This record gives sequence, structure tokens and C-alpha cells, in this order.
Amino acid sequence: MSLTTLRARIERLGAGMSSHVWRIGYASRFLFYMLVHSGTALKRFHLTIAEIYFAGVLSLIIILVSGLFVGMVLGLQGYETLQRFGASESLGVLVALSLVRELGPVVAGLLFASRAGSAITAEIGLMKATEQLSAMEMMAVDPVARVVAPRFWGGVISMPLLAALFSAMGVFGGYLVGVQLIGVDAGAFWSQMQAAVDVRNDIMNGVIKSLVFGVAVTGIAVFEGYDAVPTAEGVSRATTRTVVTSSLAILALDFVLTALMFTGGEK
Amino acid sequence: MNRSTIDLWVGVFVVMGFVALIFLALRVGNLASFSTGQTYKVEAKFGNIGGLKVRGPVKSAGVVVGRVVDVRFDNESYEAVVLMDIEQAYQFPRDTTAKILTSGILGEQYVGLEAGGDAKMLAGGDRLRLTQSAVVLENLISQFLFNKAAEGKDAAK
Repeated sequence: MSLTTLRARIERLGAGMSSHVWRIGYASRFLFYMLVHSGTALKRFHLTIAEIYFAGVLSLIIILVSGLFVGMVLGLQGYETLQRFGASESLGVLVALSLVRELGPVVAGLLFASRAGSAITAEIGLMKATEQLSAMEMMAVDPVARVVAPRFWGGVISMPLLAALFSAMGVFGGYLVGVQLIGVDAGAFWSQMQAAVDVRNDIMNGVIKSLVFGVAVTGIAVFEGYDAVPTAEGVSRATTRTVVTSSLAILALDFVLTALMFTGGEK
Repeated sequence: MNRSTIDLWVGVFVVMGFVALIFLALRVGNLASFSTGQTYKVEAKFGNIGGLKVRGPVKSAGVVVGRVVDVRFDNESYEAVVLMDIEQAYQFPRDTTAKILTSGILGEQYVGLEAGGDAKMLAGGDRLRLTQSAVVLENLISQFLFNKAAEGKDAAK
């Protein structure tokens, strides 16, 4: 390998790295600017309500159906394992804790990223590609305040509610399979669950998790849309990036949050 | 779709979300079983608390009468000090015995209270004098083995 090709490679590597760092800085500046200019989204709240409709209400079906099936699978698999130890009465604990602590926020977050996050990116990206954002600027309307902030807040409000619905549906699914189908005692199912699930340590932490995921997913989605290359290909790439980045962000954040919340939790 | 229908659906969505949260808190969690009533604090020292945890139940005759609120180590007597919240509705004599018991063979550990015969009742801040530590399985087994060995020696003589 000659010295010039080696040098070109190192230069490309450096350029790639610095452009990533540049992009992270730009994203932080953009999100900060959006938070500062969120006044419109809260003052003209019907803008945010419309976004809650698109991000939250339209995601309801997929969230509820997935939650039900995840809970039912947990019921079947959990029973299969627990009955080997003669502990099938603890099925409720297993279903509720795994849903409330982990599966509810994470799976709802992943579904939300692919269902609502991609839509947000595509919408903002297309608005940019068709120069609607520039048109707003021409009319002295700040597109970040008018278009981006309501979508962000709509997503952030929707996400914890969707995760709670997912968990509740999952517990119901576990109940259907465990109690109605297999025949675990209903009293033991609920009472052991209530004895083991703590409102502050388990349920509140799950809500906090889903809130953090909501901020991460919608933050990534609006930024990718706003930063998209204004062509058909650029928008499609931005949409893909949204789903990939926010899924990875959810899983990484989940690990960090779990480590913070549930280790050393002997108290 | 015009704005009022969107408002309606968003309202339905938000209400559903909160109903799910309340369901999780009341039906799945144990918020309802938390009594917001008055409690008084009682302390007890144990030589060994085994696997007793903070927020573990305090039971008497199998009925939950309170919760463990704090477990700490006393560096002077080298014993564990367990602080318990007992509901005001339940009064116990001052010579009540506290034991660390296990529900089932592998279940969680709890504090069992056995009422004594004193005419005076416990008040907030009192310390239970009569306590019984948790059973440590290893000690139990080694005791059993020592006894067996001693029996074997006797038989050989």
C-alpha cells in the first residue's frame, strides 16, 4: 500500500469521525433551540393535540394487540418454566414484573419508533424537500416552533401512556392464558402479583423509562427529519436512520436506566 | 377529520392511558394495600436477620400488621436493628416477642410478632426485648451433623 492511499484512508476516517461529532453537536443545538421555542406548542395546544392523535391514538391498535400477545406468550412460557419448580402460582409476578419493568417500556418504545418515529421523520423531511419549511420562514413563521415542537411534545406525551397501555394489556393477556386457559388459581395470581410489584420501585420506574424513551425517540425522529437531505432518497435514508438509531438508543438507554434503577435495589 | 373529533379521540386515548396506569397501580401493584392510616414505630435487635428486607411484612398470627421500614447494623452490640411501622389499630403488649420467620420453605422472610401478657401496651419508639433470630440453614445443618457425630461416638463406646 502506497503512502498516498494510506494517507487518504486516514483522512477519510478523520473526516467521517469529525462529521459525526459535528452532527451530534448540531443535534444538541437543534434540540435545545426547539425546547426554548416550545412556547407555541404549549400555547396553541391544539397543534400538540393533533400530534398526540397521529403519534398516540393511531398507534393504539398495534400497541394493544402486541401487548396482549406478549402477555399471552409470557403466560404460556412462564407457566411452562415455573411449573417445573412447582411455583406456577408465581405466574402473575413473572408476567407483571417483566412487563412493567422491561417489556412494556422497551417493546412499546420499539413499536413507537417504527410506527410513529418514522412517520414524524418522513413528514418533516418531505416538508423540507417540498420547501414548505422555507415557505414558513419566508412568512416569518419559525418552522421549529410551528412544526417540530408540537410533534416532539405529542410524542413525549403519548409514549408513557402507550407503554402503560401495553403493560396493562400484557397483564390481561397473561391472566387470560394463565388463569382462564391453563387454570392457575386466580386469587394466587393476583395476590402474589400485588405482593411483589411495588408501585414506586417497579411501576414508577417503568413510567420514567418510557418517558425517557419517548424523549429519545421523538428527539431523534424530529432531528432526522429536519436534517434530512431534501430529496426522495434523502428522506428515505433519514427515515431508516430514525428507526435504527432510536431502536439502538432505546436498548442502550434501557441498560443504563436498569442499571441505575434496579441494581443495589435490595432496599 | 376535523378538530373536534381529533380532540375527542385524544381525550379517549389520554383517559385510556391513565386508566391503564391506575390499573397497574391498584390491581397489579400494591398501592391499595398501603394503609395511609396512623402507625407507630417499634425497634427490635436481632442477632441475625437472614434475608429480611426493608418493606418486608410484619405479621402477627399470619395477619400483616405493619412493615419493616429500616434495617441497620448496630456497631456496639454487633446486632441488626430492625425498625418497624405498626398500624395504630393493632396494639401489642410490651413483652411481645419478635421472630424472623420464613413463609414457606423458600419464601420471603418476615417479622412475626407473638403477643405477651403484659398489661402495658407498646408505644411509639419502644424496643422489643424478646427476639429470635433467623434460622441459618448452614448452622442448622452443622448442628445436626455434630449431633450425629456425637451419637456415633457414644454408640462406639
